[in-house]
Amino acid sequence: MTHVAELKGITKNYPGVVALRDVSIAIRAGEIHGLAGENGAGKSTLIKILGGALALDAGEVLIHDQPVRLSTPHAAITRGISVVHQELVSAPSLSVAENVLLGHLSHNAVGGVRWKATRERARDALDRVGLAVDERTEMGRLSLGQQQLVEIARALLRDARVLVLDEPSAILGGKDLDVLYDVVRSTRDSGVAVVYISHRLKEVLSLCDRVTVLKDGRSQGTVDVTDLDEQRLVTMMTGRQLTAPQRPVVVAKAETLLEAIPTERDSGGLKVTVRAGEIVGLAGLVGSGRTEVARAIIGAEPGPYDVTVAGEPFRRRSPRAARRAGIAYLPEDRKDQGLLLNRSIRENVGLASLRLRSIAGVMRSRRDRASVADLAKRVHLKAASLEAPPSTLSGGNQQKVMLARWLATSPTVLILDEPTRGIDVGGKSEIYTLMRELTDSGRGILMISSEIEEVVAMSDRVLVMNQGRVVAEYSGHEITEDNISRSALLSAPTDQGHVQ
Amino acid sequence: MNEPAATMLAKPKMQGVRERGPAATATMRKYGAGVALILLIIFSSLQSDRFLQVDNVLNVLRQISIVGVLALGMTFVIITAGIDLSVGSMLSVVVVYTADTVQTRGVFLGVIMALSLGCLLGLVNGLGVAIGRIQPFVMTLGMLAFAKGIALIFTEGQPVAITNDAFLAFGNGRTLGIPNPAIVFLVLLAVCMFVLRGTVFGRSVYAVGANEEAARLSGIPVRRVKCAVYVISGLMVGIAGILYASQLGVGTPVAGDGKELDAIAATVVGGTSLFGGVGTAGGTFVGAAILGVLSNILNLSGVSPYVQYLFRGGLIVAAVLLQRREGRGR
Repeated sequence: MTHVAELKGITKNYPGVVALRDVSIAIRAGEIHGLAGENGAGKSTLIKILGGALALDAGEVLIHDQPVRLSTPHAAITRGISVVHQELVSAPSLSVAENVLLGHLSHNAVGGVRWKATRERARDALDRVGLAVDERTEMGRLSLGQQQLVEIARALLRDARVLVLDEPSAILGGKDLDVLYDVVRSTRDSGVAVVYISHRLKEVLSLCDRVTVLKDGRSQGTVDVTDLDEQRLVTMMTGRQLTAPQRPVVVAKAETLLEAIPTERDSGGLKVTVRAGEIVGLAGLVGSGRTEVARAIIGAEPGPYDVTVAGEPFRRRSPRAARRAGIAYLPEDRKDQGLLLNRSIRENVGLASLRLRSIAGVMRSRRDRASVADLAKRVHLKAASLEAPPSTLSGGNQQKVMLARWLATSPTVLILDEPTRGIDVGGKSEIYTLMRELTDSGRGILMISSEIEEVVAMSDRVLVMNQGRVVAEYSGHEITEDNISRSALLSAPTDQGHVQ
Repeated sequence: MNEPAATMLAKPKMQGVRERGPAATATMRKYGAGVALILLIIFSSLQSDRFLQVDNVLNVLRQISIVGVLALGMTFVIITAGIDLSVGSMLSVVVVYTADTVQTRGVFLGVIMALSLGCLLGLVNGLGVAIGRIQPFVMTLGMLAFAKGIALIFTEGQPVAITNDAFLAFGNGRTLGIPNPAIVFLVLLAVCMFVLRGTVFGRSVYAVGANEEAARLSGIPVRRVKCAVYVISGLMVGIAGILYASQLGVGTPVAGDGKELDAIAATVVGGTSLFGGVGTAGGTFVGAAILGVLSNILNLSGVSPYVQYLFRGGLIVAAVLLQRREGRGR
C-alpha cells in the first residue's frame, strides 16, 4: 500500500536539545491518523517539518513514495499538505469568504476581484464543512469553533490530500466538538488523510483509526486504535500508569469567601459562591458565559452581578481592586491575557506583587530575585533560568508561572479559567496537586473548565452554566458527567430551571 | 497528599524549543546596537585622525544631547507600544515660550515655563491615549499639527532672540571640561536607566507594552502608566527645549521640525521594539550615539549633507535588520 505522505528517520536538533530523533510516520489516504504525546514530545516540531515551516536535520519526506523537499509552507501546500494550526490564522476584519480564499480570490485579467465567483467558491467550501453561516459575515463575528471550520474549509479548497489539524479540540466544547468530529470523519471518507493531534485520550480513541505516539522526541510506534485503550495510550505517552485523581473530601460548612449574586435583570440564575477550602467547578459549554462571570467578578468587564468578598460588598470593581481584595484570576488564554512573552520569567512571576518587593516605588532587586525563586520553588516550576522568557516553558510550567504570580499576592480566592488547557497529562496532575494544596490551606478555588472529567474529578461542588446563567448546582454524589452534561446542554432553561 | 499524582510529576520534561534560536536573536537585540557603535567608531577612527580627539568626542556628545533627551522620553512611550510624533512640534512650542519668558521674566521662570509646558502638552497626549483611547499615532499626530500652530501663532512666524547672558552661558558652557548639554543628557540617561530597570513604575511600563491585557488583569494601573509615559516624553521635551534655547540663543517656531523622527530613529536603532515590551535607556543612548557619530564622521570626511541623508536612512534600516527577531506575540 502506498502512503500519501511519509516521514522517514526525521531528526531535528535545536541548540542543546534534540527535538526529534529518528521519527518515522507513514500516513495513508483515507485515515484519521492520530498524533499523541505530551507537550514537548515533539508533535509540533514534526508538524512544522511536514508543513514546510521548519527544515529537518536528517531524514526524508516522501509524498506518494517520491522524496520531496518541503522548504516553505507554500511548497507543502502545493504538494497537498495543509496544516490548520492551533492558533487560528485568520483576518478577523475580512469576510468569511475572503478568509476561505485567502490568497486565492477569484479575479479578472486586471486583478479586480470577481466577488460573485469568490463567494460561490467559498460557499462550496463552507458547505463541505457544514458551516451554515453567510459567507459575507465578518470573520471576527464567528465563534472559535466556526473559525476553525473556516480554516479547514480553506485547507480543503486547496485540494489538500493530507489535512493536519493541530489540537483542534483544545479550544472547542460541546456541540462544536461534535461538528468538528463529523467534519473530520467526512473529510476522511472523501479520501483525504487527516493527521489529528490531540491531548484528549478519549477523543484519540474514538476518532482516530491509527495513532502514532511521540515521547521525548522519539516515536513510540504506530498502533491501530482497536488495539488500544486509555490505560495503554497513557503508558505509551508518559511511561506511567493512569490513576484516577483522588475523590476530594467534602468540605463542611466553611466561611464563604466569595459570592456573586445575579442582579434582577439576570433573574433565574443561581448565585456563585466559593467557600474556604473548596474547589467549585464552573462547567458549561464554551460560550455559555463562564469566563464572563469570572471577568465580572474581578471587574475586568461589567456584568450583572453583586459581588461580596468575605461578606463585604465589593462595589467599585477593577482587576486592581480585586487583587487588593484577595481575588486572583488566571485567564484561559495564557499567551494573550496572562504572560509577558518577551519579558523574563522573573518579571512574569513578579507582575502582580511589585509593591511588595519595593520601597517607595524602587525595586529591591535582591529581594525580588529571592522571592521569585521561592515562588518558583513553591509551584515546582521547572525552568532552566528565571531570566529566560516564558516561551521556553511547556504549557504546564507556563501555568505554574501564572500561579506563582498570584500566590505572591496571598489571595483568598483563586479563579482558574481552564487551568489545564493545552497542558499534558503530567503537567495536569501537577496543577491539580497545587490546587489541592491551595484549598487545604484554606483558600477557595473557582475552576472554570470545559473538560467534564476534570470537573467531576476535582470539584467539591459544581455549578453549570447555560446561556449566560448558572442553571444548576451539584455536590457530593450528584456530581456526575451525566448530570453536568444534561444541565449544560438542555436548551432554554425555564424560569424555575435549576435541575436540582 | 495525592500519592499517585505526586509520582507523576517527578520527571522533568524536555521542552521543544520553538522557532529558531530565540536566545541568539535576544542576544543580538541586546548587544547588536553596541557592536554596531563600536564598529562604527573603529571605522571612523581609521577614516579620520581627528575623530578620536577629546574635543571631537565631546562635540559629538553635545550634538546628540537634544535629540538624545527627546529619545529618552520616546523610549518610555515606545516600550508601551505607543509612539509620540509630537515631540518636534512640542519642542518648538517650548522653545518659543521659554525664549520669551527668559527675556521678559528671567531665567528661573523660563525654566519653570519650559518644564511645565512640556508636561502639560504631554499630559494632553497621555489623557487622549489613556482615557480617550485614541491611537497614539493619531493622538500625537494631532498634537504635532496643533503644537506647531501654537508656536507659529505665538511668534507670528518670527524668531524670538534671547539676550540673557547667564542663560546663554549654560547652553554653551562647560563644567569640568564637558559641555553642559552633554552632562544633562548623561544625567537624564542615568535616571531613565534607573527608573526603567529598578522601579515599580519601570516594570509596569514594560508590562503594559509586553501584554496590556495581562498587565491589566494583574492589577497594573494601565491607564495611569500610559498617561505617565506621555507626560515623561513631554517633560523631556521641556528639558530639551531649555537646552535648545540656551544653546542657540533664539526661539524659532521651527526649532523642532523633524526632531520627532530623529528621536524615533535613535530609539529604534537602540533596540527598542515598536511592538512594545522591549527596550532600554542605555540602548537609546547607543542609538543616538550611532546616529551622531555617523553624521560626525561624514562631516569630517567632507561628505555633502545631501548625501548624508542616504547614509542615515541606510543605517537606520540596517541597524534594525541586525536586531530583527520573530514578530511573535504580534
